[in-house]
Order: sequence, then structure tokens, then C-alpha cells
Amino acid sequence: MNALHSPTHHLLVAKGIGKHFGGLSALDQVSLNIPSHSIYGLIGPNGAGKTTLFNVLTGIYRADEGEIHLNGVSLTHSSPNEICKQGIARTFQNIRLFGNMTAIENVMVGRHVRTHSGMLSAILRLPSQRREEQEMMAHAQGLLDFVGIGHHANQIARQLPYGDQRRLEIARALATQPKLLALDEPAAGMNDTETATLGRLLQKIKASGVTLLLIEHDVKLVMGLCDRVAVLEYGRLIAEGEPISVKNNPRVIAAYLGTEAA
Amino acid sequence: MDIFLQQVINGLVQGSLYALVALGYTMVYGIIELVNFAHGEVVMVGALVGLSVIERIASRGDTGWGVIAIGVLVAIPSCMALGLGIERVAYRPLRKAPRLAPLISAIGVSIALQQMAALIWGRNYLHYPDVLSNPQFHIGGAVITQVQLVILATTGILMLLTWLIVQKTALGRAMRASAQNPSVAGLMGVNVDRIIALTFLMGSGLAAVAGVLVGTYYGVGNHTMGFMLGLKAFTAAVLGGIGSLGGAMLGGLLLGVIENLGAGYLGSVTNGTIGSNYSDVLAFLMLIAVLVLRPSGLMGERGSEKV
Repeated sequence: MNALHSPTHHLLVAKGIGKHFGGLSALDQVSLNIPSHSIYGLIGPNGAGKTTLFNVLTGIYRADEGEIHLNGVSLTHSSPNEICKQGIARTFQNIRLFGNMTAIENVMVGRHVRTHSGMLSAILRLPSQRREEQEMMAHAQGLLDFVGIGHHANQIARQLPYGDQRRLEIARALATQPKLLALDEPAAGMNDTETATLGRLLQKIKASGVTLLLIEHDVKLVMGLCDRVAVLEYGRLIAEGEPISVKNNPRVIAAYLGTEAA
Repeated sequence: MDIFLQQVINGLVQGSLYALVALGYTMVYGIIELVNFAHGEVVMVGALVGLSVIERIASRGDTGWGVIAIGVLVAIPSCMALGLGIERVAYRPLRKAPRLAPLISAIGVSIALQQMAALIWGRNYLHYPDVLSNPQFHIGGAVITQVQLVILATTGILMLLTWLIVQKTALGRAMRASAQNPSVAGLMGVNVDRIIALTFLMGSGLAAVAGVLVGTYYGVGNHTMGFMLGLKAFTAAVLGGIGSLGGAMLGGLLLGVIENLGAGYLGSVTNGTIGSNYSDVLAFLMLIAVLVLRPSGLMGERGSEKV
């Protein structure tokens, strides 16, 4: 690769993000540049502000300071559904599926944002609406197959095994056709085999052209998978770079092991 | 004459009207957990708008179901606009407020609408124009009128349509998703504010039809008619399990039948100590019993399908 002559295109640029809860600075001057078509890891001890950053990026929280741009479009003041439309989708640390709906219906909700039929055509069951519905269903089935749970399409989401629920969340997020897929601890509660399968799935998603942002505690997974890694501690970015250099960064080691930083 | 069968028929007709109104309560509750106490008033406005339109047409000498249909077709957009307005003005600004605030707001809207209707239509009971010949049909030992048949058919079709929209369309999926978890639905790209507005739109449209049918069936309209009707429909929704579409339908029909059986038999069973005028008491006693024995309602279960 001729990296010197082709400057990396950054899909997501977050500049000086600050988020305060009362006197507590959950995020303080956090800046991130996430290159397109990469897997970007976000690590840090518990309470470092990783999930808060996710919530700011996806519009659940509004940043008190700073700016967020996706592909040059400002998302700083956008609502969650607008941000989704612009191309950021996410999964949750604690699974939040629409538990009473079937797996395929969950995915089709994700697809909602990319459809056009309104209420009137839905009531009248216009041919265009029926065609769109069929297209949605085929697309949703394709995504379920992609994440490997195609055979569970008509099962009620909350009755699926835990690991499959995590996959379903990924499929639902992919249905919104994101440019950036943000995954909050996707490997939480998984055993080694499941984690390895997940790793392969994430590689597959990256290969399909989606950029991934990953919060993860499983350091092995992060180091093996991510192209770049950022480390948060007490709401501040303390290191950023390629996995190997971050791993050997004394401040990171100190943050994780609790020793006095030199 | 078969009193039992007759009361069941009357009960089903009345109950189907309750069910139509109850759908509005239950859909709104399912999605924003608000008891929209102004919903009964939307029905009232539908009935009175319909009355005015039907009166205007009837004064030219036209009669028949076409006249009623025109009344319905004018009432529907009126009520939809009203429902949307109520949501926008009285509920949306309070979306993140403590739950008591929108409830009080709803009661305020309800009173305001009653008084507005009183200014427009006056405080007297208005006679719903007679535009139908209303033939009767005999089944078994009972009688069913054409109006009753039309009410059963119309409410049946509308309930089916509502169910289809909620269960089988993208809009319905977005509604169910928003009901289960509005913030996640938003993150998945669903414009939850828009879905809530559409829910009010649907509920208000059903209320408009219910209003004109109620007026046609009972022959009167008044600015207070929405209160008791709304209360009964709300009872029906709770009876069936608020938040559940099927529950609203079942609860409505059940309430209507119980009330009418009460009206038919209370007098003779108690030797006249308690008359048919106690049928409302029976209805609400039933509600209390269900709430004590099965607080989530007949079809409502923890984690059941909400809309």
C-alpha cells in the first residue's frame, strides 16, 4: 500500500467531545479519527466512558462540547433516527432486541429507515407496498443467513439462545445499511469458540465494506482483530494507534494494572 | 321472545362500539403508556361533526346509508386532525415529564373539548337525523336491526384492518418496536415521534367512525356523550389487558354483553330490588374483579404483544 501518498480517508471524525454529568466529566476532550473500512477498537477500564462515547455518537446523549462528523456530515445535533439514517448503527452491551417480535421482524424494523411506503399505501396494500415488503423480507432473511441464524427467522427473539441474540442484534443493525457499525462488547458472555466465530463474522462485515467500531474487554479479540485501538481512562483518551504500540504503551499498562504511571 | 339471545345481540353491538373506541386507548397506551383521557371527547366530536353533516344533507331530503357514509367521511379527517393536534400540543411537550403530567394534561384537554363542543353545538341533547328506514330481521326468538348489522360489520372490518396494519405492515412493525423500546427503535432509524403521531391518527380515525355509529344507533348527540363512552371503552381496554389489540376487542365485546345481560336480568333475578339501571355497576364490578384476580387483564400478560 502506498500510504504515504494517499492520505487515509476518515469515516468518522469526532473532535473534542465532552460530556458532563453534574460535576463528573464522563468524557473530556475526546477526539477520534476512524479510518474507512477498518475495525477500530475502543478499550479502557470499567467506567472509562466507552459506552458514554457510544451514546454520544449515536445521539442518545447530546455532547456538551465538540463535534461529530460522518463522511463530512455533521451529526453533532442530530437525533438518533437521523444519525441512523446518516449511517451509524449499533448494538448494546446488554442485549436490547424487540423481544416479542420474531427474529426476521427485528431485522425488518432495522430496514424501516430505508423504505418509503407510507400508511396509506400500507392500508390499501398497494402492489408497490407489497413488493417492498417482499424485498424487505428477502433482504432480512439474507442478513440472518449472513450472521448465521437464518434457520431461526421465525422464532420469537427473546427465546433465542444468548449467542444468537447477539448475532440478531448485529443483523438488525446491519439492516439499517450503516457505514459505521458500533458494537458494544459483542463478545460479552461468550466462550472461546463463540468468540472466535464472532471474530470471523466481524471480519466478514468489514470485508463487505462496513467500518466497525468495537468496545471490547476481550483484549485478545481486540488485538487480533482491530486495525487501530484507542484507550479511554476516566473519560480521557490516553493512547491511540496500532494495537501493538498501544499494548506496549506504559500509560495503558498503568491504567489496566493500576500501577503508578511513570 | 328470547330475552337472552336479544340481550346478547344488543350487547355485541354495544360492545363492538366500545371495542372500536378501546382500540384507540390501547394503541396509545401501548406506545407511550399514557391513558389518553381525551379520547372519549374525540369520539364525541366525531359524532357531532357527523351529526351536523348528516343534518345538512338530510335537510335537502336525502336519506339512506349514503348520507351516514358522507357524515363518516367528514368526521374521520376532522377527528384525525384533532387527535394529531392533541398529541402535538398536549402530550409531545410532556414526553419526558413525570407520568402524572400528561395524564393531567389529558384531563384538561378532555374538559376543554367538552366546553368547546358546548359552544359550537349547544348544551342540549341533539336529535340525530333520521335518515334510515332501519328494517328489522328475526333470528331465533330475537330481533336484529339493519343498523345493528351495519355496526357489527363495520366494526368487524375496522378491527381486522387495524390488526392487519399492526401485524403485517412495516408501519405496524415500527409501532410494535416503538412500543417495546422507543429508544432502541429510534436508534434503528424509526422516527418514533412520527410513529406516535400515526398511532393517534389511527385511533382518532376509528373514534370518528365510532362516534357517528353511536349517534346513529342511539339517535342522540351531546357534548358530554364522550365521557361515559370513553370511560366504558377504557374499562374494556383494561378488562382485555391494556396495550393488547386483541384484548381491547375482547374486552369491548365482553363488557357490552355483560352490561346488556345485566340490564335484561338484574330486575327479575333480584325481584326488582336492583333494576336494569344498575347495569353500569355490574360492568364496573366486573372490572374490579378482573383487576383483583388478573391485574394485567384477560389477554395482557407480562411481556405480551403491545402496540
